[in-house]
Amino acid sequence: MKRRTALKLAAASLIAGSLTVGTAQAGDTVKIGAVAPKTGPLAGGSTVTHWPNIHLWVHEVNARGGLKLKDGRKMIELIEYDDQTNPGVHIKAAQRLATQDKVDFIVAPYGTGFNLASAPIYAKHGYPQIAVSAISDKIPELTKRYPGIFFTLGSTTSFASAVSDILSKMRADGKMGSKIAMVNVADAFGIELAETARPIFKKAGFEIVYDKSYPLGTQDLSPIMKGAKASKPDAFVAWSYPPDTFGLTKQAITQNLDVKAFYTAVATCFPAYGKVFGKSIEGNLGAGGVDPTTPAMKAYRKAHMEVTGKPADGWASANTYVSLQVLEQAIEGVGSVDRKAVTQFIKDNTFKTIMGDIDFVDQVSHRYWTVGQWQGGEFYGVASKGMPNAKPVILKKGWK
Amino acid sequence: MTSRETRTLVIAVILFGLAALLPFSGNGYYISIGVTIAMYVVLSTSWALFSGPTHYISLATAAFYGLGTMIVATGIEMVPYVVLLLISAVAGAVMAALVGLATLRLSGVYFVIFTLGLAEMIRQLVSWLQNNLGGSRGLYVLTDLTEEHIYWELLALAGFVFLIGWWIGRSRLGFAMRIIGNDETVAAHCGINTARSKILLFMVSGMVAALVGALLAPRWTYIEPNIAFSPLLSFEVVIMALLGGTKRLWGPLVGVIPFTILLEVIEANYPSQTILVLGIAFLLIVYLVPHGVVGRLEQSFAKFRKGGN
Repeated sequence: MKRRTALKLAAASLIAGSLTVGTAQAGDTVKIGAVAPKTGPLAGGSTVTHWPNIHLWVHEVNARGGLKLKDGRKMIELIEYDDQTNPGVHIKAAQRLATQDKVDFIVAPYGTGFNLASAPIYAKHGYPQIAVSAISDKIPELTKRYPGIFFTLGSTTSFASAVSDILSKMRADGKMGSKIAMVNVADAFGIELAETARPIFKKAGFEIVYDKSYPLGTQDLSPIMKGAKASKPDAFVAWSYPPDTFGLTKQAITQNLDVKAFYTAVATCFPAYGKVFGKSIEGNLGAGGVDPTTPAMKAYRKAHMEVTGKPADGWASANTYVSLQVLEQAIEGVGSVDRKAVTQFIKDNTFKTIMGDIDFVDQVSHRYWTVGQWQGGEFYGVASKGMPNAKPVILKKGWK
Repeated sequence: MTSRETRTLVIAVILFGLAALLPFSGNGYYISIGVTIAMYVVLSTSWALFSGPTHYISLATAAFYGLGTMIVATGIEMVPYVVLLLISAVAGAVMAALVGLATLRLSGVYFVIFTLGLAEMIRQLVSWLQNNLGGSRGLYVLTDLTEEHIYWELLALAGFVFLIGWWIGRSRLGFAMRIIGNDETVAAHCGINTARSKILLFMVSGMVAALVGALLAPRWTYIEPNIAFSPLLSFEVVIMALLGGTKRLWGPLVGVIPFTILLEVIEANYPSQTILVLGIAFLLIVYLVPHGVVGRLEQSFAKFRKGGN
């Protein structure tokens, strides 16, 4: 019995100890926190786009000798937590970073919902939050509410209208007609995009001949593709999530959907998409894009492969890295970990990044890719806001 | 009221008063843990109100909770928040009544399976409505409510649930439930309207869960249906209630607190192996505390009274 009691006491003190861990700190490192999914539904995306870039960035900064501050160079100490794709867990972890670990900065979370759920915490503690994987049509309202939040990947409207612009141009060039088959995943982001796209397509004079949604997690997408095919569209547009992006593409190949343009949203830019489907996806359009030809991008992609062992994706990987470059340059620009000054520095300055010069107008960056296309085994940006060197769009010619 | 009841009441009021002081610590981390604990205390206590005496395992918590969340999300731009809370509570009770009417006349296992499917069914229904009628409405809940407010709201709800539970325990309804739990046939022979009693209690449980979902909606800001209707929630609530023990009103409470702290320790210290360590912890709990924390405590008390070491 005595031993039991001792055991319990030990366990209790262990628990108490681990809850207050990290309160006493040495000041010779800059502590950066990161919370994002490592498990759960969003882990598939965050382990491609989000985590590798954080690791790459920390690795590179530390390899250079650390962040250059007024009182000398300081190494980055990274503290990372898994939010299990659960906003309740995320909020707790963000609070833990802010009040227990007392980190100097936090990398913005992965996913719109998580960026918004944790925004009040960042705002309260004055952390700058350079959001990447967060696309919303409420940006003006959100930036007013949270003075430290920055958006870098665009709005729902910019994505929908970019697709409409590309299709309009193809139609004006006499390459296709006006019939669009549109489908969407019936979940937050998919619903929001479909809702935004409908009036934009109609205004551009397109006829939506097929308009269907499917629940998140639908395994059999063949009825959706059959319906779309039967409507004989000129273009197929899907506001999809990763699993259905793969599923719909597979069905289009199986049923040999004959369209001049084929668009799927999230994950079309993933390296795995190119690997799985090979040559058959030549000409497929998708959300995002990069210009892989600039020297800076080439160097970044090479380093990404070498350090993390994974290829960068064709979209938000680069933006994620850019957001960290902005943070790094702002911290070095201020020369200390004064969060208020760093936030102000981000608002006032232009940053040299792998995607060129980035600055923020009302906390929003207006330089990002909106549509990309698979051409010759590489995913190129074909439409953007403010990015140079977009590749001309090619027609989708069959699935062989 | 007996003197023993008065004493319990005084202790309970003091504990609630102490719990209400937490936000004044000013530490966001402790407040966010407090919100989590308060949320699970309310959910698992109200779950145990119904499932404890009847032994009907309900996996519908996520369905009611999600319903409340979605009602707030859909209406927040048009209707005052307080009204939405009322609507959520009523909707939760109505849904519980409908589900109860359909399934509580059947034997236990049908009920379990039905409730498991319910969350998914409601989620699909809500997504469908949102997709076809509402558009992006119902995704954003932008309010000025902070974690502190949400914590106090949940605490007040917890007080309400404990009062209801205490009242039910003394009422004819509670007595009827205990008989139903022991033997439903006997209960029916005694002249108890078993279906009506079960449905009534299930409605209380559903109402509270919907209200919790409604209270927490402002915490998430951006509501995604797959998060509002997370099936994991239903299981967590059951596990915590069982860990505590469902025979006493305060049973779930003593399950929730150690469980939440355990989760917190695991999440903080094993960020890459959370699920793995959690699984091992479950195994250990089942092995070491088979009768719940309450069972363990009562065992220890009994030993203590006998004058054991």
